[in-house]
Amino acid sequence: MSELLRVEGLSKRFGGVTANEDISFDVRKGEILGVIGPNGAGKSTLFDLITGFQQADSGTVILDGRDITGLRPDRIARMGVGRTFQKLKPFPDLTLLENVMVGALSRTANMHEARDLALEAISFVDLLDKRYAFARELSTGQRKRLEMARAVASGPRLLLMDEVTGGVDQKTIPGLIDLVFALRESGITVLTIEHNMQVMMQVSDRILALQSGKRIAFAKPDEVRKDPLVVDAYLGTVDAA
Amino acid sequence: MARAPDAALEQARADPVWPAAPRAFKIMGLALVAALAVFPFVFTGTFSHHVMIMIFLHAIMAQSWNVIAGMSGQISLGQALFFGLGAYASAFLYVKWGITPWLGLLVGMAISALVAAAIGIPTLRLRGHYFAIATLIIGISFQIVFQRWEWIGAASGIFMPIERETPWFSLQFHATKLPYYYLSFGLCAIAFFTVWLLQRSRLGMRLLAVRDEPEAAQSLGIDIAWHKVIAFMISGAMMAAAGTFFAQYVLVIDPDRVFSFEISVLALLMAVLGGAGTLWGPALGAAILIPLSEYSRIWFGGTGGAVDLLIYGVLILLICIYQPRGLLVLVTERLRRRGQRNE
Repeated sequence: MSELLRVEGLSKRFGGVTANEDISFDVRKGEILGVIGPNGAGKSTLFDLITGFQQADSGTVILDGRDITGLRPDRIARMGVGRTFQKLKPFPDLTLLENVMVGALSRTANMHEARDLALEAISFVDLLDKRYAFARELSTGQRKRLEMARAVASGPRLLLMDEVTGGVDQKTIPGLIDLVFALRESGITVLTIEHNMQVMMQVSDRILALQSGKRIAFAKPDEVRKDPLVVDAYLGTVDAA
Repeated sequence: MARAPDAALEQARADPVWPAAPRAFKIMGLALVAALAVFPFVFTGTFSHHVMIMIFLHAIMAQSWNVIAGMSGQISLGQALFFGLGAYASAFLYVKWGITPWLGLLVGMAISALVAAAIGIPTLRLRGHYFAIATLIIGISFQIVFQRWEWIGAASGIFMPIERETPWFSLQFHATKLPYYYLSFGLCAIAFFTVWLLQRSRLGMRLLAVRDEPEAAQSLGIDIAWHKVIAFMISGAMMAAAGTFFAQYVLVIDPDRVFSFEISVLALLMAVLGGAGTLWGPALGAAILIPLSEYSRIWFGGTGGAVDLLIYGVLILLICIYQPRGLLVLVTERLRRRGQRNE
């Protein structure tokens, strides 16, 4: 499998706090790469650095051979990098359909085509019956699906998902996991942050483990599970997986 | 996409992209247009025509503010700047070189759009209150420049000579206000149709995205600064059209009048009162505030100025307390509730 994203020596400090320190890894085309780590490990900062929402102090981000370090978020998005947000950001006064249409309008200027692309994406996350509801009226789980559909509709090659299963009830988790697999089947490479270790071990091809802003492991789930540093970081909770 | 298109998806595709307006709305809309078309023949008083003309004119001004603030979320406190540029562009071209104000209208709109870009490109990149402050200060600066600029009449402004031979070329009418009535009605209709189209366009939908969640908009590839600049250019051009019309209506313009800060505030007030971000809110705001202001001038004599401003102040306080989303929301929410009951 060829490489889609390469991150080399990425570092970011906020005042005296080191959020990311010398992080390197690569993402292969078509894989699901999971990022794990305790709260404050620097996972969301890493996403912000890759997608351009924060500027790295040093290091480079290379997408499909092109250096995208320091580019504006919208330029990186137009190069095929989509993302969802940990703190959800739907457009509250637009309907679900309109929210996803805004995503689809990145691929086409034709409103009719955009609507059809949006419907496909909404059908993909299985929310068609809610398409005329305003985003502010949707539940947390539905808003997560909205964000996924909106990002998918914009036609990304690489999708960064921040906390897919965070904050939703247990019943909806299997459905969300199926979605992540379905994304990969549709040809999208997935980079995902997850708190739920069980979920992560189940979906990821490879796992990047962070702690205090540093990379402590980067390997297949089975190996990461046994990694003493990871076990230590999670106080043995991985055994449950 | 991973899943095969199923029946529900096919059904959804069959829907029109934009749901048709309810029948009751269409009938009400047509009735309103018909009523406005025959209004001057039912109410023949010149003053009633004047009030209606002022409503149309101010509805355009409120709609202009609505495009930059209601749709893209950037508060402008300097809309008078474009009103003045529109008024001066057409008046100046006509008086200096005898160019028809029809062309002056377009020139004023183009100049305003360029000035909007010049102000917007540096200031709309910044977050926070910089844009509001910049428009406030630049608006006032333009007034001062025009007060001192001899070539264009300085503080005494421009006086357009009376021309009775070619009313449609010189765009001035003296025997009756009827042409002004229909001209302002037409301009207003064009402004509202433009915003209606905008709301259903890629640009319009992206503006709402930029307004509500700029980071999410960026994550979808939208250049947020550029979109705000485009919105400001449209807003400026719209305001300039109102300015040109006003100049032709009063035929005497001066910086104190057409660059007045009160114009900027009024545009904002009407849009906020009626409902910023909605299509019809600015019209509703103008239809409420303008009669108040025009009739208070009669009741209280002279300029009446202080009294209407006092009423504006009270109205804006009430709207802030009871319905910050504007009066139109009261109507639409009621219709929505009724619709849900009927289902």
